[in-house]
This record gives sequence, C-alpha cells and structure tokens, in this order.
Amino acid sequence: MALPTYATPLERLWRATYLVICSLIFLFLIAPILVIIPLSFNAEPYFTFTDRMLALDPEGYSLRWYDSLLTFGMNAPDAPRDSSWWSDVWHNTTWVRVAKNSIIIGFFATLLATVLGTLAALGLSRPEMPYRRVIMGVLISPMIVPLIITATGLFFFYSNPCGLFGMIGLPSDCGKLAGTYLGVILAHATLGIPFVIITVTATLVGFDQSLTRAAAALGANPRTTFFKVVMPLIMPGVISGALFAFVTSFDEVVVVLFVADHTQQTIPRQMWNGIREQISPQILAVATILVIISVALLTTVELLRRRSERLRGVTPR
Amino acid sequence: MSDAPALLTTADGQPLKSALAHSQARSRRRAFLLVAPLFLFVVITFVIPIGQMLFQSVYNPGFIEYENRDTGEITKLMTNVTAWFEQNPQGTQPDETAYAALAADLVHLKATRAGGSVGERINYDIPGTRSLFTTTVRNADRLAPPYREALAAADAKWADPLVWRAMRSASTGYTLDFYLNALDLTRDETGAIVQVDQKVRVYVMLFMRTLGLSAAITLICLVLAFPIAHLLATLPLARSNLLMVLVLLPFWTSLLVRTTSWIVLLQSQGVVNDLMVAVGIIGEDGRIQMMYNRIGTIVAMTHILLPFMVLPLYSVMRPIPPSYVRAARSLGATSWTAFRRVYLPQTLPGVGAGALLVFILAVGYYITPALVGGADGQLISNLIAFHMQKSLNWSLAAALASILLFGVLILYWLYDRIVGIDNMKLG
Repeated sequence: MALPTYATPLERLWRATYLVICSLIFLFLIAPILVIIPLSFNAEPYFTFTDRMLALDPEGYSLRWYDSLLTFGMNAPDAPRDSSWWSDVWHNTTWVRVAKNSIIIGFFATLLATVLGTLAALGLSRPEMPYRRVIMGVLISPMIVPLIITATGLFFFYSNPCGLFGMIGLPSDCGKLAGTYLGVILAHATLGIPFVIITVTATLVGFDQSLTRAAAALGANPRTTFFKVVMPLIMPGVISGALFAFVTSFDEVVVVLFVADHTQQTIPRQMWNGIREQISPQILAVATILVIISVALLTTVELLRRRSERLRGVTPR
Repeated sequence: MSDAPALLTTADGQPLKSALAHSQARSRRRAFLLVAPLFLFVVITFVIPIGQMLFQSVYNPGFIEYENRDTGEITKLMTNVTAWFEQNPQGTQPDETAYAALAADLVHLKATRAGGSVGERINYDIPGTRSLFTTTVRNADRLAPPYREALAAADAKWADPLVWRAMRSASTGYTLDFYLNALDLTRDETGAIVQVDQKVRVYVMLFMRTLGLSAAITLICLVLAFPIAHLLATLPLARSNLLMVLVLLPFWTSLLVRTTSWIVLLQSQGVVNDLMVAVGIIGEDGRIQMMYNRIGTIVAMTHILLPFMVLPLYSVMRPIPPSYVRAARSLGATSWTAFRRVYLPQTLPGVGAGALLVFILAVGYYITPALVGGADGQLISNLIAFHMQKSLNWSLAAALASILLFGVLILYWLYDRIVGIDNMKLG
C-alpha cells in the first residue's frame, strides 16, 4: 500500500516511522536466529563476537566446534582419520548417536501420524460424519494441552500400560513402555497428529466431490478413485502435514525427558543437557545445522502450499 | 410430502425414505470407520494417560500399600489403624485401641521396611513427619502397653490430632488433599479448610505469576504482531511472501535453537550487553542481567510465540478490502478515526484467535522458562516437573497439572466457540 500522491507531510512521516517500526520487529524475529550462525565459527570458547571476528580476521574464525561435534564422545578422537576413525564416529560420537535416534523416532512417528491422520481427515471432511466437532476437538487436543501435562500422563501410563486390563480381569503386566523406542514413537505420533489433520482437512476444504463421482461414473472402483483422483489432489497437504509432524517430533524434548531413558536420547534432549550443564559453542554449531534444516523444510512447505493452491484452482493469497 | 398418494419407492421396491436412511447410515458408518483407528489411537496414547494422571491426583495409596519395585508384589500396610478409622467416625478421639492398632502397624512396617514410604505420604500433608515414622518404626519392637503413653514417649507428635487427621485421610487412598496442597490450603484439627502458613504459600502465587506473565507475553505479542501483520497484508503478494519468510523461519526453527540464541544474546557477557557497552549506553561494570530472570522468560517466549500471533492476524487482515478505509477517509474521517472505527473492528476475529492461541501456549510453557527463567521466571509447569522428577510427590504434581489442564481446556473450549478449531491455520 504505497501512499497516494496527495499524502500530507505528516502522513509521509508517519508512514516512514511505521516502516521503521516494522523493520525493527522483523529484526527482532530474525536476528536471534541469524546471530548464532557466525558465532558458531568462533575460534574462542565465547558466545560473543571477539575483536578478531569483528575485524574479519580469518584467525578469529574456525571450524573447531563443528569438528568437536564429530569427536565428542568417541573412543579415539586423536587417531588418524581413516576409515576406522569414521567408523568410531558413526558408532560412538554422541551427536551422531542422538541424530540417529531423532531420525528413527521422527520417521516412525511421522509415518504413524500421517497414515492415521490422513484417513481420519478424509472421514472428518465428509459432511455426514457424526459427532464431528467433538471428535475433532479430541484429535486436535494434543496440540493444545501443555506438553508437561501430556508428559506427566504418559509417565504414569508408560510405567504399566496394561494396568487397566487388570480391572477387567485380563493379565495386567505386559512390561513397560517407559524407556523404549516404541513409547517415544507413540507419544510423538500423537503430538504430530493434529498437524496432519489440520493440513489435510485444509486441502480438502473446497474439494470438489463431483470429481470422485465422475471417476465412479467412468467406472473406477473406490480404490482406483482414491489413488488416482483423491490422493494426487490432497498430496501437498499430506506431505506438509508429514513435515509438520516430523518437525514436531524432531524438536520435542519434554516427553523425551519424562519417558525416555539414555538409549533414546534425541538431538533436542542432548541440547537440553548441553545448555544446562556445560554450554559451549558446540551447541551453536548444532543450532546452525538445525537452522539450515529448518530453512530446507520451510522452503519445501512453501512450494507445496503453492502447488496445492494451483491444483485446487485457488488464487494464491 | 405426507399426503403423497402412493409411497415413493426405489427401483427394487424399497420405500424411498428407508432406502435413503439406509444409505445415509452407511455413509455415516464409512466416515466413522475412517476416523475410528486414529480416534482409538489418540484415546490410548493421550486420553487414557491423562485420565491416569487425574486419577493419580486423587488417589495415593502410599499409606496403605507398598509395592516391591523388583517383584511388583503389593503388601497391604497399616491395616489395623485403617480398620479403626473405619469403625470410628471422623472426630472420634483416638483411644487406647487406636494406639494399639497403630503400634501393631508400626511393628509390621518394621518387618516390611515400608516405614519411609508411609511416612512420606503423611509428610505430604504435614511437612516434617517423615522422620516421625522412620524413627518410631526403627524402635517399634520396644513399644509396650499402654501404647498411648509409649508412643507419646517415643515422639510427642503421635498425640497431635493433625497427624491423626492426616492418617485418617490417607487411610482410604482416595483424597482431595493434594488439590488443597496445590492451592496452598490445608486442614486444621477439626478438618476445616484453612490457608497454609504465609511462608510456605507458593502455588497460588505461581499460578498467578503464570497467568500474569502469559497475559503480558500475549499483550506484547499483539503489539508487535499487529503492525507487521498489517504490513504483510497490505503489501503486494510477491513482496509480502518474501517478508513472510522472516515470520515463518522462526516458526520452523527448533525451540531449543531459539532459546539458545536468546541465552547467547542476553547473557551478561552476551551480544546485547557487549553492543550496549560498545555504544556507550552502559559501562563495562553496568552490564544488565537480562538472563535467568523474568526478563529472559518474557523476551524469549515473546519471540517464540510471536509467529502464532502474526499468522492468524495476517489471515484475517489479508481479505479486508482497502476500499473501506478509503471510503471512511473520503467521508471525512481522520486516518486515526478510520483506523479505529473501520479497520480495527474488522481485525478483531484475528486478534481474538491469535491472543487466545498465544495465551494457551504460554501458560503451559516449560522448556524456555526452565532454561532462561532462573528463579523468578519459573512458571507452574516447572513446578510440576520439579515434583515429578525431584521431590517425587507425584500426586501433587498431578493435582497441579490437573488444575492447569482444567484452565487450558476452558480456554480451548472458548477458542473453539470463538474461532473454531477448523479455522486453525498453519503457515
């Protein structure tokens, strides 16, 4: 909204002030994320710009914190860097181990959340769905209920998940879910489900039901209709829902703190340790890598959103 | 329709009405079957655990049961005194039979080595009574009739009506005492509810602080989000999409990364303080403590929650046609009047949606206050975590969490009424 030519000087002044204020707010949003990137290349163990960094002296910058990510926790960090060194990194380095955990847990949680969530969103988008509002309310609630409450509940539940069976006379001991991968995966899937439902139902809004009827009239059975007509149309929503679910799991730490043991430590869990115990610029190196991952994810989601709008014939906002 | 001459039928002779009902029931069933697996999943992994937490907040068998951690075997404890409580109504003065029952139970506690856990349960109600149990249990064998005098000699607290009241309350397992504790209340000798001593009141203050800080954060978010949402909504699409990235990138960045950034920025040897020293606003020895206190919590949480305010505002502001404000101006309104009377009312749905969402998310925050809050930036969630992990008073943690849950669910219900869950948008 550019100012019209007849704007008074006062209006021009106000407009300029307004733009400055907006820029400052944008700076507030983005600066904290950008500032850690140069700091992660700090040659000194400080969290601020050293004089040498400000002078753009190459001596002031180093990759030592990235290097320490690789060597932290391994058996023989000083050994020559041959294939056995890399194998040591792969098996023993703390950050590699937690990254593997994050990816395994995130992958399976996303898979569960996406499959179940997409099916449910298809059902919820049908006008004849009974008790739609209540069910939707329950399914979205994991996103609203504070994580600490969910984690507390899961802590009790996971200590004896079959305890309730005891009430109806079934065997009430089937081991624990606390301290298992399955436990963390189930919890993270639950937390990701609301995102899948929201994104997939959003793609289904304005979904032209006559397309499925047309497919049926042309002789397609329900399965063919689903895979050839419905799926391609809702795919962008499904993928961005899956990405949301993955990020939720990838970033989640409260549930991990409460129900996981040391074998299921994830990246955020390790960062939590690092920040609380011996915060070092190593954390900033991890943070920088995570920022790069979020940029990639954001780009993907944006591209998907545009594709979805194009497919549905909605003019972009 | 009712006076149609002949019943309408389908091709195979069924009445049309029942055929329609039939097919509608079938499509309802189909829709339901699609949702059912997920619903069941969420019930098992979310609703039942929360139910279990609610149960834990009103049920604590620490006084009457002892579970062997290795075998899972459950031993009944304090059976004699529990039986005495059942036979004698509330308000009965403990007589010699009561003390004899108690002494027998204490001997049993010594045999089962459960004195600590029973004492712990009474300690939740009356701080400082754990040792009463452990020391008396240690010498329980030497107790001899008359038990009243023997116990009073072992520790005068055994004659304290408050201890007897707490034991009676704990003897059923079911209790609302933890809710009383969570609201800084307790019972006196007569069972009347009274406030606890001024010095140990913490929870109400923390609930208030949580609400106050959340309200402050919501307000700051609104003030910061409004101008940029307006700018994004009025710029041409190509440019506003570009600027939108600046809002969405923080949204997609890990919570821990953003919290780390603020630690780096705000600590006393951090970037912001360095900058202020370099510019000369403050001296080298005047570095401001902005981290590990309330300021840290507010700044970091505002940054983290700001996108949740910008996005709903933006989605409401975008479709507002600029012609309304122009019409108001051409009819003689000043730009302020046009904004206040014409533009602002149209943005209210977005303000409501964003404010409610930010407030709901803020009251339950745990990670950020735990990492940057220090002592006076802690919220109620941090206390729940403390009781879960450190003091191990799980029932109190569950009671605090249940109160918080109740509050959040009311806000959630409001959100659904005002905004509608369907209209929740992401990115």
